[in-house]
Amino acid sequence: MKREHKGQGSVYEEYLKLDEVGPNPSTDGFGRRGDPSADGRSPLRFDRRQFLQFVGGGIVVCFSIPDSLALQEGERRRGMGQELPQDFNAFLRIGEDGRVSGFTGKVEYGQGVITSLAQMLAEELDVPLKSVDMVMGDTDLCPWDMGTFGTMTTRFFGPAFRAAAAEARAVLIELAAEQLQVTKDRLKTKAGVVYEVAGQKEVSYAELAKGKKILRHVKGVAPKSPSDFVLIGKPVLRRDAAAKVTGQAIYAGDVREPGMLHARILRPPVHGAKLIHADTSGAKEIEGAQIVEDGDLIAVLHPYPDLAERALAKIKSEYDRPVPAVDDKTIFDHLLKVAPQGQTVTEGGNLAEGRSTAHYVLEQTYLNSYVSHAPIETHTALAKIEGNKVTLWASTQTPFALREAAASLLGLPAQNVRVITPYIGGAFGGKSNNQQALEAVRLAKLSGKPVQVAWTRAEEFFYDTFRPAAIVKIQAGVTESGLISFWDYGVYFAGERGAPQFYNIPHHRTVVYGSGWTTVPGSHPFATGPWRAPGSNTNCFGRESHIDMLAAKVGMDPVEFRLKNLKDERMQRVLQAAANEFGWSPAKGPSKRGYGVACGTDAGTYVAHMAEVAVNERTGSVVVNRVVCAQEMGLCVNPEGARLQMEGGITMGLGYALSEEVRFKGGEILHSNFDTYTIPHFSWLPQIKTVILDAKDSPCQGGGEPPIICMGAVIANAVFDATGARLLQLPMTPERIKDALSRI
Amino acid sequence: MKETIGFSLNGKPVSFEVDPQRILLWVLRYDLGLTGTKYGCGEGLCGACTVIVDGKAEHSCQLEVKAVADKAVTTIEGLVKNGELHPLQKAFVEHDALQCGYCTPGMIMNAYGLLLNTPQPSRSQIIEHMDGNLCRCGAHQRIIEAIQTAAKEL
Repeated sequence: MKREHKGQGSVYEEYLKLDEVGPNPSTDGFGRRGDPSADGRSPLRFDRRQFLQFVGGGIVVCFSIPDSLALQEGERRRGMGQELPQDFNAFLRIGEDGRVSGFTGKVEYGQGVITSLAQMLAEELDVPLKSVDMVMGDTDLCPWDMGTFGTMTTRFFGPAFRAAAAEARAVLIELAAEQLQVTKDRLKTKAGVVYEVAGQKEVSYAELAKGKKILRHVKGVAPKSPSDFVLIGKPVLRRDAAAKVTGQAIYAGDVREPGMLHARILRPPVHGAKLIHADTSGAKEIEGAQIVEDGDLIAVLHPYPDLAERALAKIKSEYDRPVPAVDDKTIFDHLLKVAPQGQTVTEGGNLAEGRSTAHYVLEQTYLNSYVSHAPIETHTALAKIEGNKVTLWASTQTPFALREAAASLLGLPAQNVRVITPYIGGAFGGKSNNQQALEAVRLAKLSGKPVQVAWTRAEEFFYDTFRPAAIVKIQAGVTESGLISFWDYGVYFAGERGAPQFYNIPHHRTVVYGSGWTTVPGSHPFATGPWRAPGSNTNCFGRESHIDMLAAKVGMDPVEFRLKNLKDERMQRVLQAAANEFGWSPAKGPSKRGYGVACGTDAGTYVAHMAEVAVNERTGSVVVNRVVCAQEMGLCVNPEGARLQMEGGITMGLGYALSEEVRFKGGEILHSNFDTYTIPHFSWLPQIKTVILDAKDSPCQGGGEPPIICMGAVIANAVFDATGARLLQLPMTPERIKDALSRI
Repeated sequence: MKETIGFSLNGKPVSFEVDPQRILLWVLRYDLGLTGTKYGCGEGLCGACTVIVDGKAEHSCQLEVKAVADKAVTTIEGLVKNGELHPLQKAFVEHDALQCGYCTPGMIMNAYGLLLNTPQPSRSQIIEHMDGNLCRCGAHQRIIEAIQTAAKEL
């Protein structure tokens, strides 16, 4: 029995009793109950009733992410024959036990959205935070999502999530009005209960959800206004911490399946090498080792990874190695030579006119090296194939893309593959390609056993999709009074993100040569890809170093110079906030104090950093004593989580600024572990202070990537202030610092 | 050749047949089912695999299982007592001293090893002792604060 309701501008269907909902005869008739994965089909194949059946009793609100990219992807997935009950990206459910679950294809790799998304749900629904569960990155349980990257979860997903929760709350009030025989305007909600204002009547969400099957799609219910927030904007501790501090949190490598084997794969010594010959006879001597050979794939499978490793070491192999064409020193000339045609992304005024009014003209080239993502959890996956059904547990930022790739590899429909994303041990843009998971699928198919592939650290450094080496070339002029008169900017192989400048410059042009990670044939000798705030780190380093040099040229304090050349009030505010926290006092650089400043925008957020360094001019080593980061990111859902991300960005950023650089000779990666590829240690830690500017009335912007973008520039500018030496290449190794000092 | 190896694991005796040259990290994770101890580098360079052997923090990726025969091994799973988090675990939660959490068991075990031998460490002692534990997410500042908090409570 079905009743139609009209309320708050949207139509919803209410099914009074669970057992009245049957399979829809107009579909292919797999109206199953119980285990959603019983026949390997995703609920996304269901029609509306089957979907309702899958999620169980209660109130379900579906919604879409209003993002153009997601909409394009929506077109794409419809093209792939995936039928959705409606076009939605996520949903939430209020269960008959009163618990609230948020289902999303987004994943948690440390950025903290498992907490902030729950916080949004609890806020809009008026339920205690502890009654909210997040179900994330499971392709059978969660609707399609394009992937977790680009600091987009809070910005694009958040508003829709809040609207859905607001809608759910409206439904609950309607149901309560009927049940309590009270008009809606006399009802309010608090802590999972609808109650009558100045009255006795009340009913809990659990009671309201009982025996109900309500499905709604969000249409225009306004979420709470900031003045009504109880939870949003309040610092909340991570909800995954208890599992993580006890060792109970499950990562892909912690999943165990009966009969599973661990794989170690024979790898080429350098990218581009061809296998001539392999003798696997030695590996067979290891008890329990199973050798798999299939075309280019040679692997050892063993119940224990250390014994698989031992067996792999016994395989003798010979490779034809290509002659190295470039190395970490010649790469920049090579890249300039092969760069594609530039695209002008912004321009204004007339550069020739700008040049004529410049008193000083400054031209410089800035370089940054390849850097590795180096998450502490290496790429890991476990694949299990039963009949025509595949289950994959993977350390991935893109579970749905993996589902499609695995299905295509096996020639199965996508709905036969379920990807489960456990906790991810760091990603930073590096876990989007899923190579390890596809290797596991292939080996599981070949061996007939569940197979885990967990890359060694050496494999991680070899197959990482490095942040590309990149070049920034800037020519800019400044008037005698300290106004920037023109800005001619070109960036090679870092991409557009962060390239357009935001100063008040009358004559300017920004040209981008090549994307940050889409490979131009013959450019990079190995794979490259997005790395935390892709493009922005390179562009910010070039721009903010150059701005600093212009300030020095006209003898102005670098903060005053920036403020003088800025019209953008948000940036002015952020710079002032950083200066106040830091205790910046104006001085012309180099002041010998070792103070540096840099600012930028990323993911809609405005950020300014200040740093104080000490340089040992004899050894060339730098100690960063303190860093201040001020960030204006619109409405900040969880200030505690945001500060954690800011501190993390600052600390991680010390690496690409000071030490991180992939050394290579052609396709040979000269690092296999953390002894030669040095990431930040405890002993590098500066005193860190973070400032979050109040902007709760404006939409959420990015929080996790912006705080890393200035780290190269702010330290380079501080080194200049300390010594007068200008560093033009990242990382600023002691060798490069000594070299720069010798050229003063 | 397998041998019978016995040791105390989180306060309970264990004894089993094993190739004595197997690596402790993998024996813990696979043979004994304790997956809290993590692989990060395999060469003792990141600290994710840290466990306590006879009161001292050790990299389990660098130990053959025979090296812990008849000794006492404590892993992250051994810190919770009677359902109560250890003060270090509590402090890590209260300080939000983690992000992805993958390095966290190793961080806590190394800090535990520090506090066993130096109950009231100075900030510089904490930094020196923890320097071999890598965290890519950048929770370092809070980890130091969490260790300081736990040291006060212990």
